[in-house]
Amino acid sequence: MNGFIHQVIAGIATGGIYASVALALVMIYQATHHVNFAQGEMATFSTYIALTLVQAGLPFWVAFFATVGVSFCLGVLIERVLMRPMAHATVLTHVGLFIGLVLVVSNLTGWVFDYTVKPFPTPFHDGPLLGGLVTGHELGSTAVTLVVLGLVYVFFRYTRLGLAMRAAAYNPASARLVGVRVGWMLALGWGLAAGIGAIAGIMVAPVVFLEPNMMLGILLYAFAGALLGGIDNPGGAVVGGFAVGVIENLGGTYIVGTELKLTMALVIIIGVLLVKPAGLFGRVVLSRV
Amino acid sequence: MASETPLLKRLLGVDQRVFWALGLVLLVAPVFTVESYRLFQLTLAAIYAIAILGLNIITGYNGQISLGHGAFYAVGAYVAAIMMDKMGLPYWSTLPAAAVICGLVGFGIGFPALRLGGLYLALTTFSLAVAVPQLLKYKGIEQWTGGVQGVLVFKPDAPFGLPLSSDQYMYLFTLAMAVLVFVLVRNLMASRIGRAIMAIRDHGLAAEAMGMDIARLKTNTFAVSAMITGLAGALSAIAVEFVSPDSFSVNLSITLFVGMVVGGVASIIGPVFGGLFVVFVPNLAEEISKAAPGVIYGFILILFLFVLPGGVAGLLRRLVARLLR
Repeated sequence: MNGFIHQVIAGIATGGIYASVALALVMIYQATHHVNFAQGEMATFSTYIALTLVQAGLPFWVAFFATVGVSFCLGVLIERVLMRPMAHATVLTHVGLFIGLVLVVSNLTGWVFDYTVKPFPTPFHDGPLLGGLVTGHELGSTAVTLVVLGLVYVFFRYTRLGLAMRAAAYNPASARLVGVRVGWMLALGWGLAAGIGAIAGIMVAPVVFLEPNMMLGILLYAFAGALLGGIDNPGGAVVGGFAVGVIENLGGTYIVGTELKLTMALVIIIGVLLVKPAGLFGRVVLSRV
Repeated sequence: MASETPLLKRLLGVDQRVFWALGLVLLVAPVFTVESYRLFQLTLAAIYAIAILGLNIITGYNGQISLGHGAFYAVGAYVAAIMMDKMGLPYWSTLPAAAVICGLVGFGIGFPALRLGGLYLALTTFSLAVAVPQLLKYKGIEQWTGGVQGVLVFKPDAPFGLPLSSDQYMYLFTLAMAVLVFVLVRNLMASRIGRAIMAIRDHGLAAEAMGMDIARLKTNTFAVSAMITGLAGALSAIAVEFVSPDSFSVNLSITLFVGMVVGGVASIIGPVFGGLFVVFVPNLAEEISKAAPGVIYGFILILFLFVLPGGVAGLLRRLVARLLR
């Protein structure tokens, strides 16, 4: 029984990471109706920046906030340079750009920071707590995730800028007419998504170790989480991410074993599409003819 | 494309049959003029061309984006390797089997995703591509797949005592398959069903209003597309003489996608350029650095999307059109 509880708690801890990446995906999806396949690679690149800063002697939390800031700027830059000129192109072009981004960012990461697997420091008490039920890092990273999710909620719910971003995503034409700069709202969305991705990368790196393909599997679970919760619902994506974390951990321990963990994400995705395509909390999309 | 041949006829002033004969001579010529390693690379290029043609059917012509065609390539390759190594069956018998099995797998994956449209197919196929190496390593099927080690097979010798090396024979065999598949696909796309496939891409709602069963057509198109890519996978297992889980990572699917965009989306001739591109450009780029092929791939992909969205085939079409004016 103790083992079971431990697995659930560990699942919630990794689920928090999935929830963050799922949230980043949903934020870009809401604004542009595209899924950023490069989200994982961008987060890995950010995590390497954080490691470089920590190794340069900066305190962990200074490096943390600096990395989030740099990632935010890179996200904005990518939207301005790559996505903006192609705003009205076909879906295939957009997916092509994401794939190009995946290729460039992941190989650049390997080129600049080399391919060896590196350990990543954790800022939290490194050891078991509460009688071995949970490690300090699990507790700390879950707390960080919850703070981030809370901040995102407050930002979108209670600030003028958040309201403007929601308006730009919901109805670009009307938003523009009331003076919202829709293009910049999109760039801001990309920046926020890149920042959230960076936090997820930094929080997961001490667990899975840092290497250029670190986020590939995590991106898959985030897809599954976003679909499970409803791909157009940020709150749903967060719940979905946590759920996928728990399902993955329990399934990996008691049903399929660790060697087929990635396949479980695929099974969840196909299962959701078969049973409830809109996800648990998503809206069924009806288009007007 | 149906309109290309008359253009060429007007341009060169030759009969269509002369043109085809010249093309065939050009394709067969490398057997006698090129050293065996280059010939092997050309064989690979032809195999990739078939695989990219398969992807082009669903993504280019039908407008449903697949990022996981490497998975069907892998299934085809493993079917061929297992049939040859574990069951002792002849190499040619693996091709129809690989095509049928990949068609069924494609139907199974496409069925849930294609009812929905949008990006769901891209998401599902991308996940499939990421999961495939892990599935192939799974302990439960190790006695068939050979686990991490993979399966070794042997290239066939030329039949009927033909005076050809196995590399030369493999090139000709692959070429024959490629010509067959390309002609079949060209005819399919010129037919009523081909027009229906393109109508779904261009305006799904209108196509549905005309009485087409969109979900069924899309799923069947996806199955045919998976079939062709699976056939290419089987050919690759025979030509490379080896399959292992790590040669079918998500990078393979991305490579096929890049080849399609560079060659020309929704073009029959485009995949030929795509196949040549994915075989020869990384070799050139690898001389710069290990990571360089990926970075250069990415940049070329983005560059093509910005500057030449029609790919090499689109560029050629525009050049020919300009020459004729």
